[in-house]
Amino acid sequence: MSGSLIEVRGVSKSFGGVVANKEVSIDVAEGGITGLIGPNGSGKTTLFNSIVGYHPIDEGSIKFKGQEISRLRVPDIARLGLLRTFQQTRIYSKMDCMKNMLISVSHRDEGLGSMFGSMHDRETEAFAEELLEFVGLYQKRFLIAGELSFGQQKLLEFAMALMNRPKVLLLDEPTAGINPTLINGLIDRLKRANEQFGITLFVIEHNMRVIMNLADRISCLAHGELLATGTPDEVQNDPRVVEAYLGAH
Amino acid sequence: MSAQKLDLSLYGVLVAAGILVPLLAPAFTSQMAILWLMVLMAVTWDMTGGQMGYNSLGNIAFFGIGMYASAVVQIGIVYDVAEYTAAFGAIKVDFTVEQYWTGLLLGIGFGGVVATVFALIIGPFMLGLRGPYFAIGTLGLAVAVAELVSGWSYVGGGSGISMPVFPGEAASGSQVFYVLLFVLAILAHVVIRAIYKTRFGLAINAIRDDEDKAEAMGIHTTRYKVTAWMVPAFFMGMAGAVFGNMSGFIEPLEVAFPTATFGIFMVAMALLGGKGTVWGPVLGAILFHIVKEVTWTHLLGWQWVALGAIIIINIVYFQQGILGWAQDRWPSLFGVTVDEKTTRTGQAEAAK
Ligand SMILES: Nc1ncnc2c1ncn2[C@@H]1O[C@H](COP(=O)(O)OP(=O)(O)OP(=O)(O)O)[C@@H](O)[C@H]1O
Ligand SMILES: [Mg+2]
Repeated sequence: MSGSLIEVRGVSKSFGGVVANKEVSIDVAEGGITGLIGPNGSGKTTLFNSIVGYHPIDEGSIKFKGQEISRLRVPDIARLGLLRTFQQTRIYSKMDCMKNMLISVSHRDEGLGSMFGSMHDRETEAFAEELLEFVGLYQKRFLIAGELSFGQQKLLEFAMALMNRPKVLLLDEPTAGINPTLINGLIDRLKRANEQFGITLFVIEHNMRVIMNLADRISCLAHGELLATGTPDEVQNDPRVVEAYLGAH
Repeated sequence: MSAQKLDLSLYGVLVAAGILVPLLAPAFTSQMAILWLMVLMAVTWDMTGGQMGYNSLGNIAFFGIGMYASAVVQIGIVYDVAEYTAAFGAIKVDFTVEQYWTGLLLGIGFGGVVATVFALIIGPFMLGLRGPYFAIGTLGLAVAVAELVSGWSYVGGGSGISMPVFPGEAASGSQVFYVLLFVLAILAHVVIRAIYKTRFGLAINAIRDDEDKAEAMGIHTTRYKVTAWMVPAFFMGMAGAVFGNMSGFIEPLEVAFPTATFGIFMVAMALLGGKGTVWGPVLGAILFHIVKEVTWTHLLGWQWVALGAIIIINIVYFQQGILGWAQDRWPSLFGVTVDEKTTRTGQAEAAK
């Protein structure tokens, strides 16, 4: 691990009167798995949206590999290698899984000519098939993606993100809606994506068992503010975190 | 039969019909010419509307712009355009045969290029609108362009322009325009079908399914969207140039920018045949044209009611259109592969 890939400094974001993020600062270490937890409505998704350029932030700075990105547009940030998945899973629902994968290749150094490039390059197809097999969807590869179950769509979305070969992947509740018996398999895949493909992960998760198992550092948000940051053990035993979770009910 | 072979035989049928009908039944030549025009309109509309999900109601603007661009070029190479139009047809310019043909070919090329450039300039703004806003915005665009042309005296304003007269018999003239529209329609389909097989096809389908996702994945959405409007503009511009010459006289409302007829027909035809499918717009155009002609002959006065009824039934009860429905039923005929292998190596692996 070396330095921070993403540096969030003093970021604030309000929607009308609702302060969704207030002076949040978080570091995402290169090569690691960083967790983000917090009660419902604590501003986790809002922070992700701010990082990927989905909306302008009110205050603060967001740097990716030392470069200020808080004013860039969504596709520009994605092309830098900073990718996110959605809490409400998003895939291309009328295309088959293979096509979903093929169009998810990285668009980093794409010239105008490549718009009409061939889609039948063996290497790309092989990689797509490999990833579909990795998430257990190989058999479904010619099925229309919209016909997959919700959990399978989540897996497809994850495979699409890997297809893009990002530097860092922001995952918004990857295990939500996944059958508990499959969660262990998913944790294993996330770890392998991190280790084998060298992708830095930044993960929002409500399932404590999952995040404690997965992350090497965790930050906790409550009411839009950063409450605590530390190792899983430190965060789990932090009285403020415990209170935020219990007090939220 | 594989999808590839099916496509080839369909091209065979179309080309055969395109050659044989005017030879065997010359009386139908002008109706067939309009049919090819409608095929071209529906097929090109479908790139933006069907495959990309941006329902343009203003593609007719490209048609009219191409028509006017060609008129200006064709007259301009021989005469002063402003003077020509100011005389309201009183000036009869004698084009030599060579001038006529040079002008016609240049005009068609220019018509295509000017319409494409127009799409390139206006596209980034218009395509920032989504859903119904795009539809209404493009409709407004077509109306506004027609209005501007009506008020522009250089191109004759509302009173229009008389096009150069075809050198030779009227019958051979209509054959020439027939061939041009026929070739353009087939060419448009071949080119567009080929483009769909590239990355472009996947990208615009992705934009149709979820544009926010496409952006989040780093796809150059604006680039693809504008291109998916420029391609239709190019063919529509050229078709407009041919149609202007075929009509002999052009004016903004009825001939160049018929928003309420052809502007809407092209959408209706694509929807009827099945939008977002390769052959749906072709089928839709053929059926629509037949119904239109038959009702014109036998149901005079009720023609518009019949056409309106088709559109309403189509939109309310049958949104996927004929081929959209067929594709759901017989996927393998449409190149949809079914392969149940569970792993890449093909071993039937037991469930974990
Ligand atoms: N686009 C928006 N417009 C208005 N308010 C918003 C918007 N997005 C988020 N908010 C508000 O900001 C607050 C934080 O929402 P956010 O989605 O970031 O929470 P979260 O931590 O992701 O919650 P959950 O765990 O339920 O997903 C909420 O009060 C929410 O209502
Ligand atoms: Mg959330």
